[in-house]
Amino acid sequence: MQASPYGTSVKGFRDGAVPRFIRTDVLLALASVALIGCSIYTIASATSGDIPGDPNFFVYRQAAYAGVGIVLMLILSRVDYSRFREWKAGLYVAMIGLIVMTFALGSVARGSRRAIDLGFISLQTSEVGKVLLVLTLSAFVVDRMRRLGERETTSRVMLLALVPAMLVIAQPDLGSGLVYLAIVTAVLFVAGTKWTHFAGLGALAAVALAVVLVAAPAAGVELLKPYQMDRLTAFVNPTENPAGQGYQQAQSLVAIGAGGKTGRGEQATQTKLDFLPEHHTDFIFSVVGEEFGFMGTALVLSLFALLIWRCLRILTMSKNLYGSLIAGGVTAMLMFQVFVNVGMTVGIMPITGVTLPLMSYGGSSVIVTFMALGLLQSIHAQARETALAKGPNPALI
Amino acid sequence: MYLDSDNRRALTPQLALRVAVIGGIALVAFGLVFFRLWYLQVLSGDKYRNVAQANSVRPIKVQAPRGEIVDREGRVLVKNRTGLAVKVTPEKLPADSGARSALYARLGRVLDMSPARIEKSVEDQLKALPFAPATVKSDVPNELIFYLLENKEDFPGVEPEQVFLRRYPHGEVGAHLFGYVSEVSQEQLESELFRGVALGDRVGQAGIELEYDRFLRGENGASRIRVDALGNLQRTLRRREPKQGRQLKLAVDLDVQRVGQEQLGGAAGAFAVMDVRNGEVLALGSSPSYDPNVFSKVIRQSDYERLTSEENGQQLLNRATQGDYPTGSTFKLITATAALEGGLITPDTVQYDGGSLQVGGVNFTNAGGVVNGALALRQALSVSSDVFFYRLGVAADSAGDGLLIQQWAKKLGLGRPTGIDLPNDMPGRVPTPAWRNKLFEQGLTDRAWSVGDNVNLSVGQGDLSANPLQLAVAYAAIANGGKVVQPRLGKRIEDASGRPLQELEAPRARTLKIDPANRQAILDGLRAAASEPGGTSTDVFAGFEIPIAGKTGTAEKTNGIDQSWYAALAPYPNPQYVVVATFEQGGFGAETAAPAARAIIAELFGTKAGDLSAGGSQD
Repeated sequence: MQASPYGTSVKGFRDGAVPRFIRTDVLLALASVALIGCSIYTIASATSGDIPGDPNFFVYRQAAYAGVGIVLMLILSRVDYSRFREWKAGLYVAMIGLIVMTFALGSVARGSRRAIDLGFISLQTSEVGKVLLVLTLSAFVVDRMRRLGERETTSRVMLLALVPAMLVIAQPDLGSGLVYLAIVTAVLFVAGTKWTHFAGLGALAAVALAVVLVAAPAAGVELLKPYQMDRLTAFVNPTENPAGQGYQQAQSLVAIGAGGKTGRGEQATQTKLDFLPEHHTDFIFSVVGEEFGFMGTALVLSLFALLIWRCLRILTMSKNLYGSLIAGGVTAMLMFQVFVNVGMTVGIMPITGVTLPLMSYGGSSVIVTFMALGLLQSIHAQARETALAKGPNPALI
Repeated sequence: MYLDSDNRRALTPQLALRVAVIGGIALVAFGLVFFRLWYLQVLSGDKYRNVAQANSVRPIKVQAPRGEIVDREGRVLVKNRTGLAVKVTPEKLPADSGARSALYARLGRVLDMSPARIEKSVEDQLKALPFAPATVKSDVPNELIFYLLENKEDFPGVEPEQVFLRRYPHGEVGAHLFGYVSEVSQEQLESELFRGVALGDRVGQAGIELEYDRFLRGENGASRIRVDALGNLQRTLRRREPKQGRQLKLAVDLDVQRVGQEQLGGAAGAFAVMDVRNGEVLALGSSPSYDPNVFSKVIRQSDYERLTSEENGQQLLNRATQGDYPTGSTFKLITATAALEGGLITPDTVQYDGGSLQVGGVNFTNAGGVVNGALALRQALSVSSDVFFYRLGVAADSAGDGLLIQQWAKKLGLGRPTGIDLPNDMPGRVPTPAWRNKLFEQGLTDRAWSVGDNVNLSVGQGDLSANPLQLAVAYAAIANGGKVVQPRLGKRIEDASGRPLQELEAPRARTLKIDPANRQAILDGLRAAASEPGGTSTDVFAGFEIPIAGKTGTAEKTNGIDQSWYAALAPYPNPQYVVVATFEQGGFGAETAAPAARAIIAELFGTKAGDLSAGGSQD
């Protein structure tokens, strides 16, 4: 077998010696497909009245995105992820380039410039950036594994992540920026960065937060857009402005609460009469809550729990560090989005504009999430391959 | 394969720990979210379901039409018509104040109103009730409504709404009785009188509309509609039909009322027609009158000022209950009652009328200086001898506490509100020594009380002030044997088709003890005044089919033009009705007020008034 400096060649696991179902993490695949199924089912019900004369407008589109996403996931699952380690510099430049391009070419939607219109899809570069960031950061960390204990390593990796994060926050897309920070933290954490470094980073973050939220506004410098400040303060004091940002969260709480144990189905007035804003994107979890009740929310949360469990399992299974770091980054990306989004809908997190992976309507988000899961399947497949090559382990089959 | 194993990493304890930390974070986070969902959905589900319902279900008030007001024969006096009001819905108004001002400017051009006025009125209403639609204009022609609807994009938040407005088919006839209706005020909402009324409801603000509001106002209907987040109607969930208010039957006779107002003919004055037995008011009018239809919409300040200005004769003033007049010789009935009941004279006590009487250095004379010679009460009333009553005034001033006439005037209903079922009925004034002396002490008048004041009072002059309805009550009391009735306009509450629901019982009358012989003597005197040769109104009632008893009055006023009065009881000898008429600038009572009374009585009994050769002998 031809050895490559970065890992096994693609040939290694393509030779068909092992049945494909063993190479695939079936539970992970089932969880992801079940979630996108829930998404389409919920969107069908929530948006049937949104576009007059076209009740399935969002359904067909979400199904198409799911199709594209699943195909890309299958392709990626059979690609050797270690290739991406070779291409890290190119991928990083591409990521920064895409995000910067958005400022020039992007279409403005609700006051922010986040997407490049490609005709068939409006490409949210910050979404694509998530998966690219996972791949490139992991690669950089693997390269500097020997000097992981140095402060310089941690600083450099942080800097690599902060550049795209700040650019994305400037779009402005605070939510994705925070996801980037979650990814870099997770990659460093999994790699084994010292606890003291994390303590230092935590202190720096606290200082930065204080500057952004308190000191800078007091000095008259606007680092966050007013609406972003509104969202954060509305979370702290939701009744202060029932018509503003707090309104969305209040309506979301009402929707979820009104769903009760089994949901309101056709009587879901919060969703169907537009009291719930963004009901197919940011607040789709609230729709699940209202229409299907605790049964629905528990099901969706369980699927996410399953997803994250499988991600962590792949992290531990990975045949090499690069795979573990990718798995760590993807896990952090998913976990962060799930908790921030669901937390927002149930009123325990501020509104940050983070989508719910695989559930929220949106091509970029769905496709990128499937691609990330494709990477995990690839890690899983190669790990299996390697283990089987060392000798079958009946316990694993 | 060994190269592969280079890559292959065992699960180091460090990695295991870190994965465990991530797993722990996930576990805690999932736990938190699950707990929160359990709390929201399972424990508080009902609460949030109610909030969601309240969000999307909106109660809509359906205005109930007011009950109609009919006369004693069931003829409609006040009815409803539907109008279209222009309202603005607050949540659909442009949020930007510049855009709002532009909207008001456009609306102002269409509705012919100043944008500033629209803005102020709307903002005031929204301040009082932030989420209810605010009325811009109450009664807008259909063409303008169509225009607004066709150009909906230019008028965001502007919507028509059907409203019930009052219509007065008989114009000026009875205008002072009905009052008007308009949207309930914030202070009214807090009062017990308007319990059950909601903001935006139209309630009676004056007159009968106010007095009987609780019967006339209907029960609003309610629709429950489902709306979306923008307030657009989705569907009607439930509808409770509005219930029209009760119909109010008045004791008023439309024909008598109309004749009375025709007799006044726009001259300042008033009249009252009442059933002496129970106080039912058959007609009560004031002149000049006005067309109450101007009040059916929003009441404009300019209208209000025009109708209350002195130059226009204070059209809104109801002179029949709020007039403030000396009554002239019609007061002699009261002086006579006081003198007889107080034992100053008997019906047959003769006094000498030499044409004038010197009291305290002042010479009080008969009108026109007539000398009537020796006469007793009946004749004194018939020819309206002033000197006869001057003497009673002097005698009363020195008898007992000197308040004999005042006390009887009070007993017979002067100096206090009649208690008629109209708001703002005025007490007038019966002058007493205490009253004048107090004014004098305060420096508000040039002299203290003297016997001359009592002399003036005895013939209804001086500081006395009363209104026609009070006088009617006093005459009725003598006619009915001493019952001081409380005048009533309302007779019966009926349903919309006229079936009786509740008789409006007249309050118990106060009963005075008056010697029937004394009473009869007075009535005889009044009868003689209208029928015997030399009687002050004999000429007016010559050839009139209905036998009546009546007293003229001519009140001297500071402006030099005498006020004319006539008080009549008909038919004689068992009077059923009292009719009082007064003209502020009518001169002798027999010249204007008596013919008016004759025409009213003719209408009451359905006979021809005939041509009048107006003009009595004297007062």
